[in-house]
Amino acid sequence: MSILEIKNLRANVNGHEILKGINLKVNAGEVHSIMGPNGSGKSTLAQVLARRESYEVTDGQVTLNGKDLLAMKPEEAACEGLFMAFQYPVEVPGISNAYFLRAALNAVRKYGGLEELDAMDFLPFLKEKMRLLDMDERFLNRPVNEGFSGGEKKRNEIVQMAVLEPKVAILDETDSGLDIDALKIVARGVNTMRSPDRAIVLVTHYQRLLDYIVPDYVHVLVDGRIVKSGGPELALQLEEKGYGSWVEPAIA
Amino acid sequence: MTDVNGVSNLISNAQTITSAERLGNYLGLFAELEQRSAQQSAWVRSLRENAFARFCEIGFPTTKDEDWRFTNISAISKTPFQLTRDANAPVQRESLQPFLVPGAACRLVFVNGRFASALSDLPSPPAGIKIGSLSEALARDSSTIEPHLGRHLKINRDAFTALNTALFEDGAFVYLPRRTVIKEPISLLFISLPGNEPSMAHLRNLIVAGEDSQASIVEDYVSLGSGVFFSNVVTELIAGDNSVVSHYLIEREEAQALNVSTLFTQQGRTSNVASHSVLLGGALVRNNVHPVLAGEGAECLINGLFIGKDHQHLDNYMLVEHAAPRCSSRQFYNGILDEHAHGVFHGRIIVHKDAQKTDAKQTNRNLLLSDDAQIDTKPQLEIYADDVKCTHGATIGQVEEEALFYLRSRGIDELAARALLLFAFASQCLDRMTCAPVREYLQNQVQQWLPEGSSSSALSAKETERQWEEVG
Repeated sequence: MSILEIKNLRANVNGHEILKGINLKVNAGEVHSIMGPNGSGKSTLAQVLARRESYEVTDGQVTLNGKDLLAMKPEEAACEGLFMAFQYPVEVPGISNAYFLRAALNAVRKYGGLEELDAMDFLPFLKEKMRLLDMDERFLNRPVNEGFSGGEKKRNEIVQMAVLEPKVAILDETDSGLDIDALKIVARGVNTMRSPDRAIVLVTHYQRLLDYIVPDYVHVLVDGRIVKSGGPELALQLEEKGYGSWVEPAIA
Repeated sequence: MTDVNGVSNLISNAQTITSAERLGNYLGLFAELEQRSAQQSAWVRSLRENAFARFCEIGFPTTKDEDWRFTNISAISKTPFQLTRDANAPVQRESLQPFLVPGAACRLVFVNGRFASALSDLPSPPAGIKIGSLSEALARDSSTIEPHLGRHLKINRDAFTALNTALFEDGAFVYLPRRTVIKEPISLLFISLPGNEPSMAHLRNLIVAGEDSQASIVEDYVSLGSGVFFSNVVTELIAGDNSVVSHYLIEREEAQALNVSTLFTQQGRTSNVASHSVLLGGALVRNNVHPVLAGEGAECLINGLFIGKDHQHLDNYMLVEHAAPRCSSRQFYNGILDEHAHGVFHGRIIVHKDAQKTDAKQTNRNLLLSDDAQIDTKPQLEIYADDVKCTHGATIGQVEEEALFYLRSRGIDELAARALLLFAFASQCLDRMTCAPVREYLQNQVQQWLPEGSSSSALSAKETERQWEEVG
């Protein structure tokens, strides 16, 4: 059974159909990359999977570990093991990073019938994850994402992923806007998270990320549909030829 | 907005003077009090008489007065309050337990406006420091008080400060000589004990912080029992040159309480004063904060949080006077209003002619949690100097959906996420409080008062306490 299975998924945003029948199977242990031009529906797909309620699903099914993902609230999806790294991480003034992450981890643990961690047990665990992403300890007590640079926000997303240890991680353009050093750090964090019982979906606009995180499968998303799937070599083709050959002139 | 105070004052004067029967209650009370305070120094009696004359002249304000446009105080002006008389009201020490701010250097407890020494914890302070009841200090030490009490406060336009000056019987007196540093908070706990009849107390606090001194003062208003009780409070804080004083006001009286509090601050050269207000309880609360930056280079922080529900009316009236060059003022007020609550933020800044290089900033943020909640926010800048920097801004909104989704996408359920975001919004103010025991205490208090915030597992009071010890 695939850990994430998407069948004929259609979704509207503000009344416009953006996803026009997506089909995708992701197995545990695999890394998939979904690539596509601007406006192809990449981020919409990520948001729908993370259960943003303002995105209206009009058709199709999605299962997460065999369960109906589309019937879940965002928090249920998270507790069932889905994680989305935001393209634009939200600033939450007034809540410290450490507090937020412990609240999140404990919510997920409680859902899974595990004991909640107190600050004493949680802090060393969090610090270890932060070291992995080269995040200074001062970020522990800073409000979530507030005043962070773009790169710090993206690294902070991966810290969250490392803390929550999801079954399916969807990274929505986590590479966008990163300089090469930050990109390597993020890639190292993600690669550390690769595991036989975890799937990772990289949603990206650029091939560059895939130099550092080599996917098992690459899918090309154009105008709300996956128009081509292949191995890592597909990304190289895209790099050379661009999306042009898949984009119908009427839509582009 | 234009300043139409002059005109509206005339109108409201004409109206209130005609309602002399309402002042009749106060005439009798003043006469009675004059007899009781016959022993007091001539200067005190003269201060009272002038103030009472002034009160009779201006009368209670109405909503036609620009300073009271958003707040109808007829619940105060139309009620025949009696002065509280039970000097030895029956309060057990144990009943204070829920209200004690931990880590205080000392605690003065007042019941119905009078000092209750049996309930207070007042270790004898180091030489020179005076902390105690104002009425006792007036009897013993009137000459220390005379240069300060009512000296800077302007009662000309404000009925409540005039009435307080005429009728006050007690309050706290804190005197810090030059270079005194008290790190632990000085706790002033004011208990209202409502009776069968509507009663009132006029509390007068005087804090004199000498040059280079440092202290934190917590004024805390609580109720035992329920009923109509009106507290009219004036606190005068005289902050000497280079002194550092933080003042905390906590209003958490029960649902029928009426409270008008005025903090007046006279700030000397390079003094640094922080006023933190946390309004949680009460039916009708007016929180006046009036700093006068009178010495060059003085700084003030005016920080506040108001959380209203039911039909609470919480009015914050800021009047920041820049009277000397190179002073800076920062106002930050956050409001959270649920159900039918009505909040007001009126931020007035006056920059006098000589106050060049003034740096004044004002921010008021509000969250409305229900369609029936209301906020009136009004900046009012009056600038008579030419080289100044003044900014103001206000926002009104709901809990941000983006942030809510972000938290939920990390596994935190919607109710807990909302509670966390409300607490985060409140924390913007709480985090500015530098006195750690007071801040931590208020964090717990605020969580209990926030709508739907107290029961969530992510937010239990105990967890936050630990959070601050070990992480924060």
